[in-house]
Amino acid sequence: MNEIAATLFRAGLLTAEQREHWKRAWLSTVDHKRIGILYMVTALVFFALGGIEAIFIRLQLAVPKNTLLHPDTYNMLFTMHGTTMIFLVAMPALFGLANYVVPLQIGARDMAFPRLNAFGFWLVPFGGILLHFSFLAGGAPAVGWFAYAPLSETPYSSQLGVDYWALALLVLGIGSVGASINFIVTVLTQRAPNMTLRRLPLFSWMIFINSFLVILALPVLNAGLVMLLIDRRLDTHFFLPPGGGSAIMWQHIFWAFGHPEVYIVAIPAFGILSEIIPVFSRKPIFGYEFVAGSTVAIALLSLLVWAHHMFTVGLGHTVDLFFVASSLLIAIPTGVKVLNWSATMVGGRLRLDTPMLFGVAALIQFLLAGLTGVSHAVAALDWQTKNSYYLVAHFHFVFVGLIVFAILGALHFGFLK
Amino acid sequence: MNLQLGAILRVFEPDSPQTRAIFDLGLVSSVILALIFAIVAGIIVYALMRFRWREGEPDPQQLAGNKTVELVWTAIPCAIVLALFILTARTMGLSDPAPAIEPDLIVIGHQWWWEARYVKTGAVVANEIHIPVGRALSIRLDSTDVLHEFWVPELARKITAVPGHPNHIWIEADKAGTYLGVCSEFCGTEHAWMRFLVIAEPPEQFDAWEQAQLQPSARLVEGPAAKGLALFQKMSCVNCHAINGTAANARVGPDLTHFASRRQFGAGIAENTPDNLRRWLADPHCVKPGVNMPNFNFTDEQLTLLVAYLETLK
Repeated sequence: MNEIAATLFRAGLLTAEQREHWKRAWLSTVDHKRIGILYMVTALVFFALGGIEAIFIRLQLAVPKNTLLHPDTYNMLFTMHGTTMIFLVAMPALFGLANYVVPLQIGARDMAFPRLNAFGFWLVPFGGILLHFSFLAGGAPAVGWFAYAPLSETPYSSQLGVDYWALALLVLGIGSVGASINFIVTVLTQRAPNMTLRRLPLFSWMIFINSFLVILALPVLNAGLVMLLIDRRLDTHFFLPPGGGSAIMWQHIFWAFGHPEVYIVAIPAFGILSEIIPVFSRKPIFGYEFVAGSTVAIALLSLLVWAHHMFTVGLGHTVDLFFVASSLLIAIPTGVKVLNWSATMVGGRLRLDTPMLFGVAALIQFLLAGLTGVSHAVAALDWQTKNSYYLVAHFHFVFVGLIVFAILGALHFGFLK
Repeated sequence: MNLQLGAILRVFEPDSPQTRAIFDLGLVSSVILALIFAIVAGIIVYALMRFRWREGEPDPQQLAGNKTVELVWTAIPCAIVLALFILTARTMGLSDPAPAIEPDLIVIGHQWWWEARYVKTGAVVANEIHIPVGRALSIRLDSTDVLHEFWVPELARKITAVPGHPNHIWIEADKAGTYLGVCSEFCGTEHAWMRFLVIAEPPEQFDAWEQAQLQPSARLVEGPAAKGLALFQKMSCVNCHAINGTAANARVGPDLTHFASRRQFGAGIAENTPDNLRRWLADPHCVKPGVNMPNFNFTDEQLTLLVAYLETLK
């Protein structure tokens, strides 16, 4: 019995008889609240790790021609930073939040499949350890979080880093799909009587929609990862041009997952904003149906925009223009969301408590992220801005400005009581 | 070792019709997007100032939405998006016209340097591309290993060099000058040092340069340079490099026929001086870690001879 157990007991997260063996009770838990907290603690650990990696990246870039890090070490650090922050921070943090909140919001006793839930969570630390074990196995991957072929193939990355990277993401992908199936079944079958889908709180709505997106997008990545592993271990040439493979195919597969992925981590943040802003404006959300409906539109469109990551690859103007159109279209439902949140604030009685401060900051930073995103949909501009710091800034506004701020807002919010 | 940049990346100073079209599109869309930002952020800031909660005030009117307003603010973005789409399609045509049937120049990305072949004359150069002012050249872009990206922001759109998938762009310069180009697709250890120069010069000067590049290296009979040549041919240098006029004709590393005429070597990592060259030959990995050229552990005397020889390759 110690401080942690006492705190957990007071918070109602430990029963009286579990106080003596609280560690075992937590490690073997299938309770959605505890799993939610485990997800978030895991995300916090990796957030610190990814943050340290970012500090080294910035130190190396602090002065020109810096010799602090060997080029390969630098390349490993930015690869691990990106992979960690997306797969081991953003996704588990949001899954953890959803695990905790969704059953409470819809009046369910627990998730529909508690054991699948625990399994999904434990794959996160397992995947994280697999990924980081590469440091001990001859070197972390040094190919960028996008691992473009053929650089990620054996002739150019002969060490085991890429193999560990692919295996880790496979494991994490399986966990995410399991968790998402669980969310969908929970929302469909475990709602309190009289809670129709049209009355579902917006956060749960968005987790529900988001889970479909996970189920559609992650398996595409997993298929690609298996192809990459077969290439590397069994000498096939899916992505190796000299053997008849296609380097561009990897990009199609990766971004067919990768762009929905951006929305997979953004939509839960939209859900958080949709909860925080009305509460602290003392007014119902403006246009519930439009906020919920625009999420469906975003989810559908996000499956059709992947090649806007490939405007410089040379797919031809016709293909480029299709993806210009689809990427510009996605700005419409996104804009509708931002306007609905703003309209909720107009005419309200705004209380600027901590969650609302994070909420408003997230809203304005997301506005910036969204508008610079529109400039990336304009393909001809991409022909100058692609792969530059303008792009890096754009997606960090999404990941930090929107997602991290929204999560911090949610943690300060009554959500976790 | 002093770094000679020769130029900096001037993204906001387009110097060709193609890049000017992109720049103009950038201006127009920046204005549109900045206006949207100002309006929406303005509404949020206004709400923050005007509608603050104060003790004792009643709850606000519980307004749950308005269909007309929703339709209006869905329609306006639709119009903006349509306008941006048309502008984009137009600029794509202007900044990236259809390729010529036969390219003027074939540019090949290697880990970590650029090779350029002038198709009509057969001149082969490395990391330094000359072009005539005012004439658009059609470039075919290839890669021998991984993905690279050819980017000279003032002169042309950027485009990826994909192995097994040749791409085409046009490059053109309105005025004479030296332009810095970089690889902008992460391509491995020395991605940061995969730079090149594009030198735009008046057509007569360009023609003279191209003719000079076609000349074989001078015959050497005696002296340290001749000994250096003998050493070059005896050692494994010839397995990777080509020097027109000698037995060396391998195409793995950069062509060295006119090595001494270039301003820098190692894809931008060092100014091309005898001292820097000596340091490079003594241990390439010390200058450019990860480079594919091995350390041959030359003796001091061998270094002197090799440098003497390479400096004759004007």
